[in-house]
Amino acid sequence: MSLLRLALLSLWNRRLTAILTILGIALSVTLFLSVEKLRTGARESFANTISGTDLIVGARAGDVQLLLYSVFRIGDATNNVTWDSYQDIAGRKEVDWIVPISLGDSHRGYRVVGTTTGFFDHYRYRRDTGLRFAAGQPFDDLFDTVVGADVAAALGYKVDDRIIVSHGTGRGSGAEHDDKPFRVAGILAKTGTPVDRAVYVGLEAIEAIHVDWQGGGRVEGLRIPAERVRNIDLTPKTVTAALVGLKSRITTFRFQRYVNEYEAEPLTAILPGVALSNLWSLVGVAERALSAVSLMVIVTALLGLVTTLLASLQERRREMAILRANGASPRTVSALLTAESGLITLAGAALGLGLLYLLLFTLQPVLDARFGIYLKIDAPSLRDCAILGIVIAAGIAAGLIPAWRAYRRSLADGMSIRS
Amino acid sequence: MQARRFSRLSDTDPALSIRDAAFSWAGGFGIEIANFDLKPRERVLLLGPSGGGKSTFLNLVAGITTPSRGRIDVLGTDITGLRGSRIDRFRVDSFGIVFQMFNLLPWLSAIDNVLVPLRFSRLRRKRAGDARGEAARLLGALGIDTTLFDQRASTLSVGQQQRVAAARALIGGPGIILADEPTSALDRTNARAFLDLLTAELEKADSALLMVSHDETLADRFDRTVRLDDIARVTGKVAA
Repeated sequence: MSLLRLALLSLWNRRLTAILTILGIALSVTLFLSVEKLRTGARESFANTISGTDLIVGARAGDVQLLLYSVFRIGDATNNVTWDSYQDIAGRKEVDWIVPISLGDSHRGYRVVGTTTGFFDHYRYRRDTGLRFAAGQPFDDLFDTVVGADVAAALGYKVDDRIIVSHGTGRGSGAEHDDKPFRVAGILAKTGTPVDRAVYVGLEAIEAIHVDWQGGGRVEGLRIPAERVRNIDLTPKTVTAALVGLKSRITTFRFQRYVNEYEAEPLTAILPGVALSNLWSLVGVAERALSAVSLMVIVTALLGLVTTLLASLQERRREMAILRANGASPRTVSALLTAESGLITLAGAALGLGLLYLLLFTLQPVLDARFGIYLKIDAPSLRDCAILGIVIAAGIAAGLIPAWRAYRRSLADGMSIRS
Repeated sequence: MQARRFSRLSDTDPALSIRDAAFSWAGGFGIEIANFDLKPRERVLLLGPSGGGKSTFLNLVAGITTPSRGRIDVLGTDITGLRGSRIDRFRVDSFGIVFQMFNLLPWLSAIDNVLVPLRFSRLRRKRAGDARGEAARLLGALGIDTTLFDQRASTLSVGQQQRVAAARALIGGPGIILADEPTSALDRTNARAFLDLLTAELEKADSALLMVSHDETLADRFDRTVRLDDIARVTGKVAA
């Protein structure tokens, strides 16, 4: 009769408590590992909000600020880039493609982005995924619009619906461009990025709805109907920012310096990847808090294990005394207890890992579609393995406390225990 | 049977001998034992009231507690000099122990319970020979039905459990069987039947028996009766 078999039989005898303890550890392990998975998944998805764009150019600003308004559409630009500078930059030999972004209007709380159809060709996210149309196609006519997936879903838009753009970015600011309605030409597929939460129109359309406006309101007495606007020169005077793709990535830093030292006006060029990681470091506090919480869950589960073992020790005093009287050394008794706690944590860790993958397989599509967090299903990371190792080691160590108590007590109990 | 002969002492040497041993608990009380001898194959009933230091006496004999002075020889070995794992080995080699009740590991079958000492004692494993066969023979001799051999110990009656415990104490023929009130949970008829079966097997195993009890009516089943008061003195406070 091996020691392991004795441990297993004894454990089987207390299978209900053992199973509950294993479940407790398994759930904590699953929780910890899935938080880790979500954390890295969220960070990677965030870091891949925009890719394929080498530089983002805007008026002189901090890189996080420029990233926030040009990509995340949070906040406003303090200055715009003149059309002359934009044209100049677009004409440089290093530039492969350039996509303008013109902000300032909104539609029912969603930002309106004036751009070109190049946006749909060149915007990339999650390494190298391009934008797709769930319905319709890019804007063709001056008063065509393309809406993001969240906008379409929230407001129930279909292709050919009519929508009206509001002046300014405040919700319900009252000033509506209601004389120049737009037709929904296309609806973008879900990306899980801020692209989903915007309405896209042509750069000229932005000019067109503002021809009879000045500053924050309509020019009194001036009404230029939608039909006549088509005959006016709609070349924009400014853009808010521009996404730039370079022919060769080697020239990125040189071109960035060129833009930052641009003479005609103060401009800033940022590397999206660097700005994204700067931005992430701002929200990283929450990430670390999440880690700390899940770590505490693990500690709680291990404390539960020690409690269970200590409690079971009381009812097993008899067992220990019998084994001692029949030749088991204190070391054997301790080994039995540590083997037991080791088995419990091992089973808990294995079950927890299994649960994690079960969760991953079932929830991965949902998380991707609803939150834009893409979780890669791969082997446990080195960090995961380290955590599992620590849990198992801690489980065995937890068994040492009751083992030490049993060691001392079984000696003192001797042959005298009567209950 | 060579091995058995080899590990046995001559009839004149005592199986157990205590000379002027003393032990005191941290609480202040203690026990002093002047002289006590147990001959090989002798059956001795040690009478004493509950709380009269019987447990301490048995713990000293079994090497669970170490005396502060004096000498205790078991089968020719001074156990006061043994430490650590050696005393654990020596204990299982030399003693078969039967408690008052709850003797068995409830999650093991009757026969596996009998085999437990063999797991820890190479000497008794060798003497037992075919371990399962010997365990089955002992269980049968002690009146346990074959159908019960593979049942969990927790499903057995108290009387059956005590007989399984006796079989466990006897397997591999340890020199001394220590029994701590093994019949107190049994009624008179069962207690006597238990002692008769035990006595018959003791002879086959060549083991001595030291049994502690407060029941004087069992004295006719023993070679000798000793009162704890006559050989030992509890010192300090009233013993627990």
